[in-house]
Amino acid sequence: MTPDDRERAQPHWRRDFPIDWPEAQWVARREFVKFLMPVSLAFAVGQVWLLWRGWRRASAPAPAPARIARVSDVPIGGAMLFEYPAGSPSRILVRVDESTFVAYEQQCTHLTCPVLPAVEREELICPCHHGVFELRTGRPIAGPPRRPLARVTLEVRDGWVQATGIEARTV
Amino acid sequence: MPVPAHLEFFIDPSRCIGCQACVQACRECDSHKGQTMIQLDYVDRSLSTQTVPVVCMHCDVPTCAEVCPADAIKRTEDGIVQTARKPRCIACNNCVLACPFGVPKMQTSMNLMMKCDLCYDRTSVGLMPMCATVCPSQALHYGTREEIERLRPRSMPIDTFQFGSQVIHTRVRMMVPRNDPPAAIDVTGAFDLAPAPQDMAPDPLLANLYVEEPAG
Repeated sequence: MTPDDRERAQPHWRRDFPIDWPEAQWVARREFVKFLMPVSLAFAVGQVWLLWRGWRRASAPAPAPARIARVSDVPIGGAMLFEYPAGSPSRILVRVDESTFVAYEQQCTHLTCPVLPAVEREELICPCHHGVFELRTGRPIAGPPRRPLARVTLEVRDGWVQATGIEARTV
Repeated sequence: MPVPAHLEFFIDPSRCIGCQACVQACRECDSHKGQTMIQLDYVDRSLSTQTVPVVCMHCDVPTCAEVCPADAIKRTEDGIVQTARKPRCIACNNCVLACPFGVPKMQTSMNLMMKCDLCYDRTSVGLMPMCATVCPSQALHYGTREEIERLRPRSMPIDTFQFGSQVIHTRVRMMVPRNDPPAAIDVTGAFDLAPAPQDMAPDPLLANLYVEEPAG
């Protein structure tokens, strides 16, 4: 109780913002539990949501094969962007040598910056944070990304490069 | 580490010689960032040489913290009212205007209210505050109650102040004569008196400031 009885005149929010440092730092068990319950509930719901999303992705029908470029249109060491299926985020097709084509999703697995091919070094480079991927496999070899790029499986038929499916990978 | 409770701060204005040593020493304290937190008040410069060093009284109910809209002024468990927390202080000057003792100072260069914190970096490790260390007449004294009673047999410490209807109890004590101690130091009492008697010498500073307008 204060000397001149002003405790009663204190506004009600003073209890939440006490002047004394130890009181202000005090976390009551009830307050802590009030924080802990919604947070752990949110984590639990998040796990279920992740499972559901993975299941939905796995059960989605594979996109139909599509022709994306003529073999003669892409020079050796050249690259081009395409969408597969139509309306998807852009993907990148690279001709490594005479008979080898590779195609990946163009988004870096770190923070989704577009990756750029450096064919003479056999690398895909993300300029944002200097992430580097192997050109032939799409696996990360340097920088912040830890997951490989999603690969588009290809088939060369009748002088056309044909996309046949998308291989999403986590490791 | 908290400041030990048995060590108290005593102000004895009757011993103050106005040398400004405390004002200068205050800058040296690490927690004051090179700014002095003490001001030396002249009681009535035209009539007397009496000076009073103004340090924070560390009130039981700190008015500065009560009026703070940003919850920036905090008191630690040892009863020391600290300088405003830098991330919270909004430099609104409420505390500067509200403190009855006139202690908080707005450092406009930092947008931060800074005030005497009893040299918390020193007193919390067992040292004396800078001002009490340097005061040549021991008008500012830091020690135990027994010590001050032995050193000043004719004075006694008082911790109650009256500002109009507001009564304040403080952690820092003011020394008053032992033979006729007041119940509280009535700080604003002088303002409530009847008009000054006519035979009182006019304040030479004020007398030159105001010139009466000619009649008609």
